[in-house]
Amino acid sequence: MSAVVSPIREPLVTGGKTYHQITEDICSPTERTPSAAWVLAFIVAVTGLALFVFGVAWTVWIGIGSWNLNRTIGWSWDITNFVWWVGIGHAGTLISAILLLFRQRWRTGVNRAAEAMTIFAVICAGQFPLIHMGRIWLAFFIFPYPNTRGPLWVNFNSPLLWDVFAISTYFTVSLLFWYTGLVPDFATVRDRAKGIRRKLYNLLSFGWTGSAKHWQRWESLSLVLAGLATPLVLSVHTIVSFDFATSVIPGWHTTIFPPYFVAGAIFSGFAMVQTLMIMTRKILKLEDYITLEHIESMNKVILVTGTIVGVAYLTELFIAWYSGYIYEQFAFYNRVLGPYYWSYIGMMSCNVLSPQIFWWKSLRRNIFVTFVMSIFVNIGMWFERFVIIATTLARDYLPSSWSYYVPTWVEVIIFIGSLGLFFTLYLIFVRVAPVVAVAEIKSILKAGGDQYIGPNANKRHQTSQEAAQ
Amino acid sequence: MSKENKDVLYGLYNDEEELLAAVDQARADHLEIMDVYTPFPVHGLDPKLGLAESRLHIAGFVYGAIGTLTAFLFMTWVFTRDWPIIFGGKPYFSAPAFIPITFELTVLFAAVGMVISFYTVCGMAPGVNNPTLDDRITDDKFCIAFDVTDTEESFQDKLKGFFSQTGAAEVNTKPLPA
Repeated sequence: MSAVVSPIREPLVTGGKTYHQITEDICSPTERTPSAAWVLAFIVAVTGLALFVFGVAWTVWIGIGSWNLNRTIGWSWDITNFVWWVGIGHAGTLISAILLLFRQRWRTGVNRAAEAMTIFAVICAGQFPLIHMGRIWLAFFIFPYPNTRGPLWVNFNSPLLWDVFAISTYFTVSLLFWYTGLVPDFATVRDRAKGIRRKLYNLLSFGWTGSAKHWQRWESLSLVLAGLATPLVLSVHTIVSFDFATSVIPGWHTTIFPPYFVAGAIFSGFAMVQTLMIMTRKILKLEDYITLEHIESMNKVILVTGTIVGVAYLTELFIAWYSGYIYEQFAFYNRVLGPYYWSYIGMMSCNVLSPQIFWWKSLRRNIFVTFVMSIFVNIGMWFERFVIIATTLARDYLPSSWSYYVPTWVEVIIFIGSLGLFFTLYLIFVRVAPVVAVAEIKSILKAGGDQYIGPNANKRHQTSQEAAQ
Repeated sequence: MSKENKDVLYGLYNDEEELLAAVDQARADHLEIMDVYTPFPVHGLDPKLGLAESRLHIAGFVYGAIGTLTAFLFMTWVFTRDWPIIFGGKPYFSAPAFIPITFELTVLFAAVGMVISFYTVCGMAPGVNNPTLDDRITDDKFCIAFDVTDTEESFQDKLKGFFSQTGAAEVNTKPLPA
């Protein structure tokens, strides 16, 4: 890349790699027999997936009555899980698209895995609106297709329908973006393979040759897809927030929701990327590609977005008081001090207070702390959605219909099972595809790696070997 | 597909800096490069090869515009002509409410259209078997290829001289389907 890079930045690829060594390091995990750790993790994940299938089958067979939803609380764990998963799905496109446009080179170490994570998270998210419809076999009613009922079209003015379009567009575009990035790397794996593996990867690589013209088009395509995905990723969670914000329920009907949801989505997405990358870099020995520098950069994003979310929580409380509208005031009083006060405490402590430790550089660069924090953030963000959905619905306009909601075992296993679905897909991905974008890492090796050759190369950071001498 | 093979003489370089210098040299020597293959996009290569800028983004704009019109006009037709319904006391033609779906379909059409165009113009698809000159081109070798079908021995010697002069690590010939 021709952009200017400061020679005093820490290198993004360490270990004095050659191009061949990069190929070797990143492609070899797909060529080895899986390690015991992988097999164990896969067994656990598939067990989770089996739980998910069982829970969904039970729900479809018995009906939504197997959940504890009631006339007051029509949405609960189902939509909480949906919003949580969609939020997690935002980091991948943010890393690959927005950071590409901002020329943030550290994205190359994590973009592939983050995009994969996005796709799998959106797959998990998509399950919940489908199963909460009850009659899943009629799910195609949500699409505008010519039908014999008039044709009676869907309501294009409804945020729920906007969501159908937003999520399906987001999934499609993320998948295309991710796969197009993967094609040259599949070709690298293909050219190292023999026999049936070679045939398989040839199929996956679409016959990539590495011709200069193809690379030019590939870069043009990546850039435009990034440009398209950037407003897209912001639109998706904005539209998810419209599901709530355009309703007239106190506590939902707030204009702050779109930016607040988007910040929360980036926040939880980066946390999930941290969880996955810390495990992946350790197990696949990719510490030279996903360095402490990457982890620190992502922790900074977590700190910023966590604080934005915190400001949004406080703004909501202030505006509720300032509005002078008693229903709004009650909704927020109830949110903080009502029967679900414990979920509010969980949300506030995990999302707002705990990320503040990242003001300290030593903690930002501490892998164990980062890992624990990433789990905290994900718990906190789940609570946030639960707080918004369940506590608001539990105390509506009519005190006679107030109720309290606890999930049934079916709802619990569907949620735990969705984690199984997610990790099953991720573990398969780790085995099949290069986890780090091979070609992109090679292209930044001399510009942003420890072999920086640009102007002021003599002032560059010491490599780890040099520092050890 | 393979009506007739063409013979390709190619050299492999170990570094993109050597490759860029060699491409400059080839231009100076008026040698017509058939293609250059690299393991990653090498910046600064396209102008040296005289490649025109890709028009893919123009296609993307057109696809996007088709998406915009499709979505907006379709929703307008449904709610003003085909089955007008009043939602929340708003007019039939409630344009602001059409914006989210219009935006999503713009992005969807542009992205899908561009990706399909990309694979089509590059001649790529699942299962396509494009023969490559060397397996290491997708790993760590940078390749300049010349078409030497029906050329004289002296011309090939000249090319080999060019390769050794510019520091190619290996020089080989291989037939490729035309």
